[in-house]
Amino acid sequence: MRTRVTTSSAALIAALAGLSLLTLTYGQIALPLADTLGALTGTQSSDLARQIVLEIRLPRVVAAIIAGGALGMAGVLMQALFRNPVADAWSLGLLAGGQFGVALTVTAAAFAGPAAVSFLTVFEGPSITLAAAAGVAVAAVFMLALGRRVGAITLLVIGLMLGFTSQGLTSVLLHFAARAGGRVYGGWQDASFAAIAPASLPWLLLPIVIGAGAAVATAKPLSSLLLGETYARSLGVKVTSLRHAVLAATVLLVAPVVAFCGPVSFVGLIAPHFARALAGTARILPLLPLAALGGALLAVAGDAIVHAPWEQHFLHLNNILAILGAPVVILILIFSPAVRQWR
Amino acid sequence: MLELKSLAVGYRSAGGPLLSDIEVSADPGDFICILGRNGSGKSTLMRTIAGLQPSLDGVARLGGEDVASMRPGTRARRIAVMLTERAFNPGLRVEDVVALARQPFTGWEGRLGDADRAAIADAVAVMGIEPFLRRYFNSLSDGERQRVMIARALAQTPRLMILDEITAFLDLPSRVEIMALLRSHAKAKGQVILLSSHDLDLSLQLADSVWLLDGAGGFSAGTPDALSRSGAVGRAFDTGAIRFSPSQGRFEIGTSGPA
Repeated sequence: MRTRVTTSSAALIAALAGLSLLTLTYGQIALPLADTLGALTGTQSSDLARQIVLEIRLPRVVAAIIAGGALGMAGVLMQALFRNPVADAWSLGLLAGGQFGVALTVTAAAFAGPAAVSFLTVFEGPSITLAAAAGVAVAAVFMLALGRRVGAITLLVIGLMLGFTSQGLTSVLLHFAARAGGRVYGGWQDASFAAIAPASLPWLLLPIVIGAGAAVATAKPLSSLLLGETYARSLGVKVTSLRHAVLAATVLLVAPVVAFCGPVSFVGLIAPHFARALAGTARILPLLPLAALGGALLAVAGDAIVHAPWEQHFLHLNNILAILGAPVVILILIFSPAVRQWR
Repeated sequence: MLELKSLAVGYRSAGGPLLSDIEVSADPGDFICILGRNGSGKSTLMRTIAGLQPSLDGVARLGGEDVASMRPGTRARRIAVMLTERAFNPGLRVEDVVALARQPFTGWEGRLGDADRAAIADAVAVMGIEPFLRRYFNSLSDGERQRVMIARALAQTPRLMILDEITAFLDLPSRVEIMALLRSHAKAKGQVILLSSHDLDLSLQLADSVWLLDGAGGFSAGTPDALSRSGAVGRAFDTGAIRFSPSQGRFEIGTSGPA
C-alpha cells in the first residue's frame, strides 16, 4: 500500500507540475515554454515575460495549488468526521458560512464608518481570514450537530440549501455595504484564484500549513473513528477532543480558501474519492497527501480552462469545476458501494 | 484476573441501577457466557466492564487495576470489545478494519510493525476471512461481517475480550464453530472471554461459567451445571409457554399450559 501511495503521489506531482507550467505559458499573451522557464528561474528572459509570469500568472497558479490542496485534505477530514462520502466544505455549506462571515464583517465595518473600513483594508489578510474562520466554524459545528440526526444524503441537501441561503444573504449584505460606502469586498462572490494579491499569499498559506499539520496529527485516531464512536473509544481514542481537533484543522484549511478564493466547489468532495481509489485504503494518513495533490490538480485544471486564451474572458471557475465535478458526484451517488448502503 | 467488586451498573437518570452488588471473578482462560433476556442488562454490564460507561458503584478490576481509571491507551491494549452497534463506513476495506485493532500498539502514524502484522495474520487465519480481505466491509453479508469483527477483536490481542451477541447473524454450524473456537482461543492465550448470547443450549454446553441475569436485577454466577440444577436458569427464562428442565438441560414447551 505504501508503494501505491508513493507511486501515485509521484505521478500526481508530475502531472501537477506539467499542468502548472502549461498554464503559465498562455493567457492574453502566449509565451514560449523556454521564456516561461527562464522567467521562473530568473535566467535569460525579457522583463515583460518575467512580469507576466511572476506577477500575474504565478500567484494565481500558486493560489490554485494551495487552495485545491487544502480543500482536498479538508474533504478527507470531513468525510471521515461526518462518516459521509459526499461531505466536503463546499457541499455542507462551510464555504458559504465563511462567505457570510466575511460579508457580515464587511457590512458591519461599512456601517461603522470610514475608520473601520480603512482598518479592514489595511489588515485585509488577517481580518478577512478571521471573519471567514468564524463563519466556517459556526457552519461546521451546526452541520456536525445536524449530522447526528439526519442521514448522509439529507445532510448533503441541507448543506447545499444552506449554501444557497447564505450566498443570497451575502450578496444582499454586500449590496447594502457597497451603498453605505464600504467597497472593501464587492468583487468576490464567485470562486476565483486570480483575485488574490501576491502579498496575500502568505495569509493563504500559513493557516493551511498549520491545518495540514493538525490533519496529519489527527489522522490515526480519525481512522479509528471510521468504525464508529464506541469502537474508537474502545481503541483508546478520546472522541470529543478528537472531534474538536478535526474541526479546528478543517477550519484552518478552509477559512483562508474562502477568504481569498471564494466558494470553490466540488474539489474537496471529489479529491478524497480519487485518493481512496489510488491508495486502496480508507485509512486517513495515506489519503491526505493524495487528496491534497488531487485537489490541487483539479483546481489548477479548472483554472487552466478558465484562463485558456478565449476570445473573451467569460468563463467562471465554479462553472468549469461543476462540469468536471458534478458528473463524478453523480457517478459516486449511483455506483459507489459506500453510498449504496444508505438506500 | 477479572474481578467485579460490589459493581452496580445502569444509567443514573433511569431511576436506580439495573444490576447491583455484583461480586464475581474470572481466571485467565475462562470462557464465560452472560445469559439473560432482552433488557436484563447484559449490554450495560459489558459496556461497564469494558470501561465504556461509568459504573454506578463498585469497581471492575482487570489484573488488579480498576478499569474505569485506566488510561484510555492502556485499556485499549488490554480490553477488546465487539458490540451490537453496527460498524459501517464508506470505503473501509476488511483489511483496514482488522488492522485498526492494532492502533493502541502503533506510533503516531499507525504504521504496523512485525508484531502487529503477526497478530493480524493470526486473527485472519483463525476466523478464515482471508478470501475477503480486499473487499469493502460494507459489501459483506451479516455473517461475514461478524467474522471480520471477531477477527478484529482477536487482532487486538487483549487480556479480556467482551463480545456482545456476536453470533446473532450466524447459522447454527457457524455458531458452534465460532463459540468452540473462541473457547479454545481463551484457553490457549490465557485470555478471559465474556460473551453474551441468546444461545442458551450452546452456552450451557461450552461455557466454563455462566453469569445469569434474571431480568429483575438478580445476578447469579456459577458453572452451567450448578445453575441449571439450582433452578436459576429456569427462574431467568421460564415463561408460561416454555420451561427449563434441569434434568434434560434444555427447554420444553410448557406442560402447564399457556399463562
